[in-house]
Amino acid sequence: MSNELLKIKNLKTSFRIDDEYYAAVDDVTLTLNKNEILGIVGESGSGKSALAFSIMRLHTRAKIEGEISLNNQNIVKMPKSKLNKIRGDEMAMIFQDPLTALNPLMPIGRQIEENLFLHNKKLGQQGRKKRTIELLNLVGIPRPERVYEQFPHELSGGMRQRVIIAIAIANDPELLIADEPTTALDVTIQAQILDLIQELKQKIHAGIILITHDLGVVAEMADRVAVMYAGQIVEIAPVDKLFANPLHPYTRSLLNSVPTEGQDRLHVIQGVVPTLKNLPRTGCRFAERIPWVDASHHEENPDLHEVEPGHFVRCTCYKHFYFPDNKEEQENGVS
Amino acid sequence: MWKFIVRRLLITFPQIVFLSVLVFIMAQLMPGDALTGLIDPTITQEALEIQRERLGLNNPWYIQYADWVTGLVQGDLGQSYRFKTDVTAVISERLNNTVLLSVVALVFTYLIAIPLGLISGRYNDSPLDSAITGYTYLGFATPIFIFALVILWIFGYQLGWFPTSGSVAPGMQPGTMEYYLSKLNHSLLPGISIALISVVGTVQYLRSEIVDTKQKDFIITARAKGASENRVYNRHIFRNSVLPIAAFFGWEITSLITGTVFVERIFGYPGMGLLFLESIGQRDFSVVTALTLLFGIASILGALLSDIILGMVDPRIRIK
Ligand SMILES: Nc1ncnc2c1ncn2[C@@H]1O[C@H](COP(=O)(O)OP(=O)(O)OP(=O)(O)O)[C@@H](O)[C@H]1O
Ligand code: SF4
Ligand SMILES: [Mg+2]
Repeated sequence: MSNELLKIKNLKTSFRIDDEYYAAVDDVTLTLNKNEILGIVGESGSGKSALAFSIMRLHTRAKIEGEISLNNQNIVKMPKSKLNKIRGDEMAMIFQDPLTALNPLMPIGRQIEENLFLHNKKLGQQGRKKRTIELLNLVGIPRPERVYEQFPHELSGGMRQRVIIAIAIANDPELLIADEPTTALDVTIQAQILDLIQELKQKIHAGIILITHDLGVVAEMADRVAVMYAGQIVEIAPVDKLFANPLHPYTRSLLNSVPTEGQDRLHVIQGVVPTLKNLPRTGCRFAERIPWVDASHHEENPDLHEVEPGHFVRCTCYKHFYFPDNKEEQENGVS
Repeated sequence: MWKFIVRRLLITFPQIVFLSVLVFIMAQLMPGDALTGLIDPTITQEALEIQRERLGLNNPWYIQYADWVTGLVQGDLGQSYRFKTDVTAVISERLNNTVLLSVVALVFTYLIAIPLGLISGRYNDSPLDSAITGYTYLGFATPIFIFALVILWIFGYQLGWFPTSGSVAPGMQPGTMEYYLSKLNHSLLPGISIALISVVGTVQYLRSEIVDTKQKDFIITARAKGASENRVYNRHIFRNSVLPIAAFFGWEITSLITGTVFVERIFGYPGMGLLFLESIGQRDFSVVTALTLLFGIASILGALLSDIILGMVDPRIRIK
């Protein structure tokens, strides 16, 4: 138990749209251990960022219910002043778009130093500068003394993402949330940034939540994976188990939509994640995207339950599920 | 930065030349010429012709233009028909007053506009914001002279807190402390009148900049560092929103000019604006021409100043 860093229980994050609340994160329960990378995958709009922002409490207008505890401190109920002590110190975040996440009018050095200043008052001005240069070095920025004085627009996207990572790790956070840290970058730069995160994990021993919609990234980096669909976690398992034995139809469709060698068929499920307002609020949220499964097989309100140690799935009738073009599955799977 | 300033100055020069040509053409189109104000009306036509020839008034336009510019550069703005002295002398007396009035107006403008814009933007859609925004709409819709009249009536006549006309109390010894205080006192009411109107644009602009900036991603980054709301506003939102106001500064100078013209009239404040109106009324065209030129140059220099300020505060412009 002492290994547990973050614990989320029945988290529900709702936004107000036209005088009504709609949950973008619904009944999410998960834990993250120290020194562990939890991958979160899901299509665009499935609520990954909404979950990450809830943990950091960065939503300005959202209703958050449930429990989020970091080192046994409940973040949901925490007063702002206490929260500000934790943010940037115990927990930190790397953002999706490095081009907009830095203040355009502040030199790079000052943006990193701000984080040091806020949480480490003992460090004087000299100490802050020294540590900043050290951090710039650590994240692999060449000529850090020069970059220290530069402004964001003078750096490339990849360099800016490194700066954002430097800000995030400035105070050796215990929890690091990376929200699609490479989506906005070129492929070659993506690999470098991921390597950097991997490397940092070893150095700062943080628990990392890595949000992505790239299953390849998850396979390579994560220890465990959570699959999100329409605000819910539909399956969560150690990475090898999930890839070897995906259970939820959505996970399987995701895995199958990644082309691999020797596979001639792609199982792509039609449709997209419904928008918040149009989300089905009763019954299984995924049901409407697999219309070929008989209605009697769908579950009313599936719960996340453990099918194997560490392997949870929010679907009880997955055994009935099959892809329509897969004969074998159809023959064996359907009752 | 220096390269930027030099480049910006190089643009200013042709602007001023263009302005001078325009004003020159305007002066040519006006009835009368340099002689009209000076001469005994009973003079014969031949004598007049001789004088015209002597003053170069029959030369082709470009020579006249060159002469005119040469005069300008040497501070010769012609003769005032009304005052029977050099236009330069007439104007310089009034220039000080208008500069004082403008500075007072500017100081009050920013003193009022920045807090209002900040509050309005930070607490947008609150009752306080609605009140401030309501005022700006009122300010937009109301002509400046109505504001000035109301203020003059309340604070000048009803309450008697401020003098109601002139630029200094009579009988003051120039150079004494009392003299300067009296000058300042006379400029306050007209200055505030101008400010109350000219804040409108700045408040609305600042408000929308703040509302815009506070939704930017880098604000989320700042919050994620654990910066308090006050720090987020002061260090990140405020600075990034005030920047464009610097660009507004040049326009502020232009609007000041129109402001002073009307307000000086209402407060009987002897500045360039009042002089301008009087000179039009009395057909003192050499003064009108000179003032137009000065107002134009002030606008151009205002824009220059804004750009330089903007360049100093915004690194993105500085580099380019
Ligand atoms: N502040 C908000 N107000 C209202 N709706 C929101 C807000 N933030 C997110 N949503 C909605 O919540 C849902 C989940 O959005 P979220 O940004 O978490 O998705 P995501 O999984 O991060 O997607 P992406 O991969 O595109 O980043 C979407 O339908 C989105 O429109
Ligand atoms: S519970 Fe049933 S309807 Fe829901 S995902 Fe599983 S198979 Fe589909
Ligand atoms: Mg997202």
